[in-house]
Amino acid sequence: MARNGGVTWRRTEKIDGFNFSPTDSTEEVHVLAVDDSLVDRKVIERLLRISSCKVTAVDSGIRALQFLGLDEEKNSDGFNDLKVDLIITDYCMPGMTGYELLKKVKESSVFREIPVVIMSSENVLARIDRCLEEGAEDFIVKPGIFGRRLDSGAVAMSVPCARG
Amino acid sequence: MDRNPMRRQLAIMRQSLFDQGYLDEQFIELEQLQDDANPNFVEEVVTLYYRDSARLILNIQHALERKPFDFNKLDGYMHQFKGSSSSIGANKVKAESTLFREYCRSANAEGCMRAFQQLKKEYATLRKKLEAYFQLARQTGPLETATRPK
Repeated sequence: MARNGGVTWRRTEKIDGFNFSPTDSTEEVHVLAVDDSLVDRKVIERLLRISSCKVTAVDSGIRALQFLGLDEEKNSDGFNDLKVDLIITDYCMPGMTGYELLKKVKESSVFREIPVVIMSSENVLARIDRCLEEGAEDFIVKPGIFGRRLDSGAVAMSVPCARG
Repeated sequence: MDRNPMRRQLAIMRQSLFDQGYLDEQFIELEQLQDDANPNFVEEVVTLYYRDSARLILNIQHALERKPFDFNKLDGYMHQFKGSSSSIGANKVKAESTLFREYCRSANAEGCMRAFQQLKKEYATLRKKLEAYFQLARQTGPLETATRPK
């Protein structure tokens, strides 16, 4: 398990070289972290890496959609070596909110199975309800999440469908 | 009790930051993310915080120079500022941010200005204290290094 923060590629014995087998249970969980706050991005990235996750951190919902290949401009052919297993997003962001990002992901036939966790510094019940209703996996009040040591097991458990 | 006098001094310095309310448990959470491979993580985050939040302080400053106040805008800036402050465990700074936001919501211009002055004081004080702490830590080696189960 890589702890050094770099993206790790695991080579399988298959002839076509680099290949992530979805049934490989020792594979690292790849998390897409979305937060406009530089400080929070740094912390969450560190937290996830310590928890043996691969992390891609972006600063906006738009960039998250671009990474997934869901934005209108680029037309992804669907193949992405860096399969995203979990999305963790801040709620309050300029431009596209975490809620709007959640909706886009859940509307996509390709990505709707990816669990989306929403973080917010504000504990607003209506907001929590709205997110859960829209299909969010969990809603976490910041900065509480930064204290969690997400062990791979816990993260993997929140990835029920992605692993097949 | 650590025999090394510098480490003892570091421990005392650290404890007083908590006892005097400058830092809260969130700072400890950051310390938990530090290890031998990343021994300066907390200092890096704090440095990033001061660099990044300087921009917000300036924005708020400018916004307070335009009358009448745009309380929505001010509240927006402070929401962001409070968020980062909270993430590094800056307890007093966070409290002043909360106060400022309350004044924004009740459209209290006087209150906003007072709260902002106080906030800047706390922000500057914390910076000085943390700079001294990290400087000593670099000389002694950080106290809190997390040992995580393999």
